[in-house]
Amino acid sequence: MSNLWIHPSLILIAGAVLLPCVPRRFKKLFLMGVPMAVFGLVIRMAFEPGGGFGEIEFLDWTLVFGRVDALSLVFAHIMALMCCIGTLYGLHVEEDAQHIAAWAYVAGSLGAIFAEDLLTLFLFWEVMAFASVFLIWFRREPSSLAAGFRYLLVHIAGGISLLAGIVLHANATGGFAFNAFDVERMTTASYLILIGFILNAAVPPLHAWLPDAYPAGTFNGSVFLSAFTTKTAVYALARGFPGLDLLVVLGVIMSLYGVVYAIIENDARRLFAYHIISQVGYMVAGVGLGDPNTPVGQLALNGACAHAFAHILYKGQLFMGSGAVLHMTGETRMSHLGGLYPKMPWTFLFTLIGGLSISAFPLFSGFVSKSMIVQASFEGHVYWAGFLLNLAAVGTFYCNGLKIPYFIWFGKNNCQPPTWERAKEPPWNMMAAMGITAFLCVFIGCYTPYLYVQLPFQEAAHAYDPYTSYHISESLQILLFTAVGFFVLVKLRLIDPHEGTNLDLDWFYRKAGRAFLWLAQKPIQWADTLVGEMYRLAGLIPLMFSARATGNFDNGVIDGAVDGLAESVSPVGSRLRYVQRGQLQESLALAFIVVAGIALAVLYVF
Amino acid sequence: MSLLQIIELLRNRLKTVVRVCLAALAFLVIADAMPGLVDKEHAHTRPEHWPGFWSAFGLLGCGMLVLFSKLLGRYVISRSEDYSDE
Repeated sequence: MSNLWIHPSLILIAGAVLLPCVPRRFKKLFLMGVPMAVFGLVIRMAFEPGGGFGEIEFLDWTLVFGRVDALSLVFAHIMALMCCIGTLYGLHVEEDAQHIAAWAYVAGSLGAIFAEDLLTLFLFWEVMAFASVFLIWFRREPSSLAAGFRYLLVHIAGGISLLAGIVLHANATGGFAFNAFDVERMTTASYLILIGFILNAAVPPLHAWLPDAYPAGTFNGSVFLSAFTTKTAVYALARGFPGLDLLVVLGVIMSLYGVVYAIIENDARRLFAYHIISQVGYMVAGVGLGDPNTPVGQLALNGACAHAFAHILYKGQLFMGSGAVLHMTGETRMSHLGGLYPKMPWTFLFTLIGGLSISAFPLFSGFVSKSMIVQASFEGHVYWAGFLLNLAAVGTFYCNGLKIPYFIWFGKNNCQPPTWERAKEPPWNMMAAMGITAFLCVFIGCYTPYLYVQLPFQEAAHAYDPYTSYHISESLQILLFTAVGFFVLVKLRLIDPHEGTNLDLDWFYRKAGRAFLWLAQKPIQWADTLVGEMYRLAGLIPLMFSARATGNFDNGVIDGAVDGLAESVSPVGSRLRYVQRGQLQESLALAFIVVAGIALAVLYVF
Repeated sequence: MSLLQIIELLRNRLKTVVRVCLAALAFLVIADAMPGLVDKEHAHTRPEHWPGFWSAFGLLGCGMLVLFSKLLGRYVISRSEDYSDE
């Protein structure tokens, strides 16, 4: 164990604490310096991998904050990088609290990724949930406030499941070590932990918090949100449940579920949120296929990690593009946008690059990552998964590579005059963040060693070549003929964006919430009123009557007796007053005589 | 030439762009049928060996997904924008 090991989360938390104290003229420098220091630290860790860093004795347990291996490093690398990009994107935001919340959120993610025990994992897991909700609330709209509360409640429920699983697991095994669970013999404890993980990964039916909350965030908060929670969950699944068959089924359902909802979605950020579910579905399926003891499983696990890496960048890019539109026009509904390319051409280009990357277009990042998972499903003879994941790729390109760019920047101009007037390229820092991310999306797609050298199974990574003629041909055919379908549908005016709200499974807990409110306002309130009335009738009224009677008795009888006695004593007192002449010695002598007389009488009698 | 000018140029020559794209699509399908150009050694299932299989998959998949989603939206999950249960 090295004493020099510094936890990257510690730097972020220290930076968050110090940020309000930094003078205004150094603020931007500090804002960029802290995440870059974290990124540098993570890069340095790659040269000193190991376990058992940051051990702390707590009660009877040993908490280990630093497990630095290939799996944790690849996730930490991209998260630290995304922290730099996200902070640059929101650099002009004056409110310190927004940066503090974002950094605390990233600190939670990095803490969970480096945790070697389940208790530390849980601690940072909750930090993530509580920090990230502020990125939603800081938008300061009533809908954001409500979405934030729903987000928090759902994550608390997931956290409780995770904690219950951890406690049961520790009880059964005698320790908190966070390693791969026995996926062949799942226990109640491991299922509870799995539920905690898949809730954060937004696996249906536990997914509805994501498209509810992420579009409600601030323009830059949603960039952070899109990157960390779900990918930390993918890391946790890859660490804890590689090779769990159930995850293949869930992952494929996710990939298609997100696509179907995205196709009919009108709001750009909500559409991207559904595509997070879809893309995380690929990763979850990859983890499910990822038996680490087989070459195919290693390819699948590499694919899950590589796709998480690529996804954080291109999804960040898409949220930055739509965030720029929101920031500059105040609008993200496609039915209220269109024809913006003369006003925001670079934002269009950057968003298009994000769209091509998520669609796994050759030379873009998704092409070199997603294909590993699809190929692993074919090589593992899980053909249905391979074909359905390719079908999801059709919907992905349809929405991200075609629908969004076309209906926001081309197509019919549906902008209201104020929207059109406001539309222009965003500030330099937002452009720079999008430009850097666009470069990385292309760089990863063209220069695969940058990503592949970081993957956990190096032998499988070296053996994989995404640029085979068959894979290029397969991808281009799927994507370009999807484009044909899209433009035919546009020509037929069958897919014009229109306003509307699409119900999702959050409908159930929203309705349940309303039902609870109704229950509280109607039957419970009625029962409370009834009990109160009965108390008033049976308790309060007799009590008041008896109090009144007692008062009358007190006034009439007690006070009368006392007053009467006092009145009767008063003349006696007046007469006795004459006995008191002010002669103290005489009075004392009389008193002694009387007392002595009484004493003698008593002695005589007894 | 600025980015905007490039976009305008492509839009002004839309017919040419469409023709180039259609030629590229045709080339893709033809190339898929030529073992010398596309090595199908990596194909895992029988349908993948059919020329233009993935083209049909993309086109039909797009149509089916959109049709299914639109029907689901229209009859099950879509509501008016002011629908709010908060």
